[in-house]
Amino acid sequence: MVTSEQQSAWDAAAAVLDPEVPAVTVADLGILRSVEMTGGRSVLAKVTPTYSGCPAVSAIEIAIDVALREAGFDPTIERVMSPPWTTDWVTTEGREKLRAYGIAPPVQASNSLRALFGDTVVACPRCASTDTTRVSEFGSTACKALYKCDACHEPFDYFKCI
Amino acid sequence: MGNDVLFETLLRLADNHLILGHRLSEWCGHAPMLEEDLAMPNIALDLIGQSRALYAYAAEIENQGRSEDDLAFLRLEKDYHNILMVERPNGDFGHTMLRQFLFSSFMVLFWERAQNSTDKVLSGIAGKAFKESQYHVRHTAEWIIRLGDGTEESHKRMTAATAALAPYIGELFEADAVDQSAISAGIIPRASDLRGAWETQVRSVYAEATLEPILDHQAQTGGRIGQHTEDMGFLLAQLQYVQRTYPNMTW
Repeated sequence: MVTSEQQSAWDAAAAVLDPEVPAVTVADLGILRSVEMTGGRSVLAKVTPTYSGCPAVSAIEIAIDVALREAGFDPTIERVMSPPWTTDWVTTEGREKLRAYGIAPPVQASNSLRALFGDTVVACPRCASTDTTRVSEFGSTACKALYKCDACHEPFDYFKCI
Repeated sequence: MGNDVLFETLLRLADNHLILGHRLSEWCGHAPMLEEDLAMPNIALDLIGQSRALYAYAAEIENQGRSEDDLAFLRLEKDYHNILMVERPNGDFGHTMLRQFLFSSFMVLFWERAQNSTDKVLSGIAGKAFKESQYHVRHTAEWIIRLGDGTEESHKRMTAATAALAPYIGELFEADAVDQSAISAGIIPRASDLRGAWETQVRSVYAEATLEPILDHQAQTGGRIGQHTEDMGFLLAQLQYVQRTYPNMTW
């Protein structure tokens, strides 16, 4: 059963923005896995990194810790590796926020090898054309690839499937 | 099986990833094009991230008060147990790509099976690393083909790289007593079982790249027990400089 206390702890943690993509929250990305009450005002928040080497993980953990403290809780942050994070956990709302921010959201179904290897059709987040080309498999952060739109000629980031 | 086998197993894996990640990071700012200047540090980040998870767990298992940073920065050369391939100097771009391809092709197979490790933490790390390694293989394989089946000069250089790296392939598939214990306990897969699938993959990419597959060279080994090539000390001097000069410094 979700108590109101647990809900307010979740709400506080879930509102934390991703430091590298400040258009989406840690809940939108599926990075925040759970928030549990562990007695009194103590809470345990479980966080999973997008990529092993994501340099933002520590910053995200600190931000969640601070948000929970400001909401009056006594938090412990645990980093969980299993099950591994997948872009399938990015919420529908998160996908829409990414697109509005100018980042093409991950194409669904990470378990297909075609998606993993980027052989999917990525629509331009600006003009929605599917006439796009992958420029580089690696982008400004571990979770993104570089694309360009051949219709409106804008370069853009694609949040790659994993 | 004691904790010492698990600790040593984690340490070897972590050392492989830290040292190769460090080698790749040396390319930062020197890559032949901007996209590669992004790609190599990105791959390095994945490798160093994987090593951090492994070191942190190893430190916990050891339970001697050492942290992941102590393990990464404060050991002597003979206490690093990485394979020799990862410590070899970068050479040219083709050599770096080929080394990464040979290593990552092995790690994809290794991590895939390590997802079923009897050690739950290692299986979690494997799940993540498996996905990341597939990217590394794909990216590097494209370069092997492009350069091998490229110009006369690029083909010549790739041929030189295959010969230069061949002596370090055998060590990937070795297993000493420590490895045997870890394999028996179901912690890690048996590397020699992966050789067939690894060779199939490598041979098909070499064939497309019009490169002669030199894979059965007399193996140079010793990394597992701390016997390194002459380049390791120089690498560590750079890697450890800040922690040695300003002990306990943090960012």
